[in-house]
Amino acid sequence: MAELTYLQAISDGLRTEMRRDKRVFLIGEDVGVYGGAFKVSLGFQEEFGPWRVIDAPLAEAAIVGGCTGAAIMGMRPVAEMQFADFISCGWDQLVTVAAKQRWRAGTPVPMVVRLPSGGGFSGGPFHSQNPESSFAHIPGLKCVCPATPEDAKGLLISAIEDPSPVLYFEHKHLYRRIKGEVPEERYTTPLGKARIHREGDDVSVITWGAMVYTADEAAQQLESDGVSTEILDLRTVMPWDKAAVLESVRKTSKVLVLHEDTRTGGFGGEIAATIAEEAFEDLDAPVKRVAAPDTPVPFSPPLEKAYIPQVDDVAGALRELAEY
Amino acid sequence: MATETAVDVVMPQMGVSVSEGTITRWLKQEGEQIEADEPLLEISTDKVDTEVPSPASGTLTQILVQEGETVDVGTKLGQIGGSATAEAPATESAPEPDAAAPAPAEPATAEAAAEADAASPAETPAPTAPEPSAAPPAAAPQPSGNGKAFVSPVVARIASEHGVDPSQVPGTGSGGRVTKKDILAFVESGGAQQQAPAPEPTAAPEPAQAEAPAPAPPAPAKEQAPPAKPPAPAPVAAGETLPGETVEPITAMRRGIAEHMRRSVDTAAHVTSAIEVDFTKIVAARAALKKEFQANYGVNPTYLVYVAFAAVKTLADYPYINGEMRGDSIVTRNFVNLGIAVELAEGKGLIVPVLRNAETLNMLGIAKGIAEIADKARNKRLVPDDVQGGTFTITNPGGYGTFHGTPVINQPQSSILGTYALVKRAWVVTDENGNDAIAIRPLMNITLTYDHRLVDGAYAGRFLRDLRERLEGWEGEEG
Repeated sequence: MAELTYLQAISDGLRTEMRRDKRVFLIGEDVGVYGGAFKVSLGFQEEFGPWRVIDAPLAEAAIVGGCTGAAIMGMRPVAEMQFADFISCGWDQLVTVAAKQRWRAGTPVPMVVRLPSGGGFSGGPFHSQNPESSFAHIPGLKCVCPATPEDAKGLLISAIEDPSPVLYFEHKHLYRRIKGEVPEERYTTPLGKARIHREGDDVSVITWGAMVYTADEAAQQLESDGVSTEILDLRTVMPWDKAAVLESVRKTSKVLVLHEDTRTGGFGGEIAATIAEEAFEDLDAPVKRVAAPDTPVPFSPPLEKAYIPQVDDVAGALRELAEY
Repeated sequence: MATETAVDVVMPQMGVSVSEGTITRWLKQEGEQIEADEPLLEISTDKVDTEVPSPASGTLTQILVQEGETVDVGTKLGQIGGSATAEAPATESAPEPDAAAPAPAEPATAEAAAEADAASPAETPAPTAPEPSAAPPAAAPQPSGNGKAFVSPVVARIASEHGVDPSQVPGTGSGGRVTKKDILAFVESGGAQQQAPAPEPTAAPEPAQAEAPAPAPPAPAKEQAPPAKPPAPAPVAAGETLPGETVEPITAMRRGIAEHMRRSVDTAAHVTSAIEVDFTKIVAARAALKKEFQANYGVNPTYLVYVAFAAVKTLADYPYINGEMRGDSIVTRNFVNLGIAVELAEGKGLIVPVLRNAETLNMLGIAKGIAEIADKARNKRLVPDDVQGGTFTITNPGGYGTFHGTPVINQPQSSILGTYALVKRAWVVTDENGNDAIAIRPLMNITLTYDHRLVDGAYAGRFLRDLRERLEGWEGEEG
C-alpha cells in the first residue's frame, strides 16, 4: 500500500487500466504533452504514445462524440473534460447518442468521461459546478463521485470496465488535499455500493464527494456535544445505494442530505423523496437538506464560502435534527 | 383610533395539563363596549366549559380567533381598547391578569355520577349549551409549535407496535415532543408492559413491512391444509367507517377524560374494597333533616351528603387515603378538598368540581356546597378554581340501581369512594339478647378504590370499617 493523493490515485487507476487493456485510451484538451490541466496524465504520453493519449481540439462535442463512436466500435475510451462545466457542449452526443445506444441498438458503450468538478478555490461560475444531478436524470448514464483516494482508483477501474457510459466526477478540491492508502495492485470498487464513512447512532448524513469531509468535520464538532453522527458516502449517485441509505435512516431516524450542487433539482431531492416514500414510518424528524443556493457559483471568496456548504452550516443542521 | 391602552384577551390556563381551548361563543362583537369582568366569551376545554370575563373596560376592538376554533393556552383571542390594527394574532403567551388564574394542582375527571337521591334538586342532567363540537384544529400539528401534539412517524409506529400511548411518554424533543429515543427508553423501561407486545417476531431488523402479525416463520406459499386459526378481524383504520356506523368528532372534554382515565390506570395500582352499610339510622335522620333543610335553606340532605360528611370526618384518621404520591415523596394534608364527580348531559362527559376545605363544613355546608357545584357544572359556570386542588373524590354512580363498581382514581389522588344504590335487603341482625333474626334493612354498598402503591388493604379496610360505624351509628353531625 502506498499513500497517494486523490489525484495520484486517479492517475494510478488510469495507468493500471491502460497498461492492462490496450483498448483503453485517453483523449482531451492538453492531456498529452501538457499532462492535463491538473496533471492527472503527466508522463502518460511518454509511456503510452500519442495514439493512446490524444490531445484533442477545444471541442467537447467532438471529444464526446468521438469517444461514443470508438466505444461502439469496441474501444474503451476515457475522455477528460478540463472542467466538468464544459460537458454541456457535449450534451447532445452524450445524452442523445451515448446514453440511448444500448436501448436503441443493444450496443454497449463502454466509455468514461472524467469531469473535474466542484468549487472552493474561486473558480467562478464556469469552473466550479457539480452537475451530477443533470446526468443522473438521464437513463443510460452512470454517475460516479469518489471521495477517497482508494475509491478514486477502484471506481475509475470499475467505470472503465462498465459497459455503459460513465461520468466520473473527480472533485478538484480533493486532488491534492486528500491523501490515503491505496493498494498498488488492480482492484475494483463496485458502482452502486455506498460506504459508511463514519458510524453513528443519532443522525445520518447522506452525501458524496468533497462534502464527505465537510460532514466529517461537522460530526467531530457534534461529537463533543454527545451527538453521534453517521456519514454515508454514496460513492456513486447513479446507481445509488438505496438500501444503505434506508438502513441508515432506520438506524438513526434523522437524516440530513448534503451536497455541493444547488438545492433545487439536486440529487438530494431524489434521496429525500425516496426516504419519505420507503422509510416514512422510520422518521423521527423531517428530512433536511443542506445544499448550495440556486445561483451560479460566485467568484468572490467570501461569497463562494457563503455559497458552498460549510462545516458550520452542516453542524447547525445536524444540531437542529438532534434537538428535534 | 381609541387612545386607551390595548389589553389582550388570551386563552386562559384552565389547569396545568390543559394546553388548548375552543371558543364556543363570543358574547360581544367587535366594536361593542364591555365592562371589566363582564362575560366576554365562552370557551370549552377538556376540563371545564366556562365564560371568560373581560380583562378590562373598553371597546372590543378585535376578535382574532373565531367561534369553533381551538387554540393553545396563551393565544391572543382578541383585544379590548387600543387600535384595531394593533398586532398580529400570533401566540402571545403573556400570563393573563385575569380571574381565571392558573392554579397548581391538577384535577381530573372520575367515574360517572348522578345524584343518587331521587329528590336531588340537580337530578336532571341539564344539557344546556351545545357541546362545542371538536372544532377543526387550525391546521396539521406543526412540529415547531405545540411539540407535544406532534407524533413523528417512527414514534407512531413504535407506539402502535408496543401498544403505548405516546402522550404518556415523557418527551425531550423540541417543544416536549416525544422522540424515538424517548419512546424506546419508555418501552425498554417496561412502561408498556400491560399492553400486548409487538406482534412482529423479533427476527431481522426489517422494518414495519405492513405484513401484518405473522408470528409463524415464513411459510411456503401454500398454506392450505392446516386448520389455521381464523384470521384476526382486520382492524378498521381510523377515518374509515363500516356500513351502519356513524362517526362523531371527539370533543375536547372527551379527549381530556380519555387521557386522564388512561393515565390514572397506567399510574396507580388500583384495588377496590367494598363494605355494606346499614342505613337504617340515616334514613330516619334524613327524613327529619330533609324537612328542616328544605324549609329553611332550600337544599336537600341527600344520602351523598351523609356519606360525604362521614367520609371527610373519617379521613382525618387516614391521611394516606387523603394523600398523594408526589415524585419520591408522600404528601398528606390537614384539609380535605372533596371532589364530587358530576355527569353533564347524558353521556356527554363528566367533571369533578371540588368542595374546598370540606373538613370545616357541617351537614348544611356540605349539602349546599354539593348542590352548588353540581348546578354550576351542569350549567357550565365552573371556573378553574372549582375543579382544581381536589384531594379525595366521591363518585356516586348508584342512581340507576347499580350496587357495585370499581371507579378509576382521580389522579394524583390516592383514593376514590364509590357510593351505590340504597336497597332494601334481608339482613341478619342480632338483638340485645344475642338472638339472630332476619330483618329488612336499607343497605348501601360503598367501595373504596385506592392506589396500592400508597394505601395497603388493611388500612383501607379499617377506613371502610370506621366509615361504616360512623354511618350505622349516626347520631347527628355532632356524634
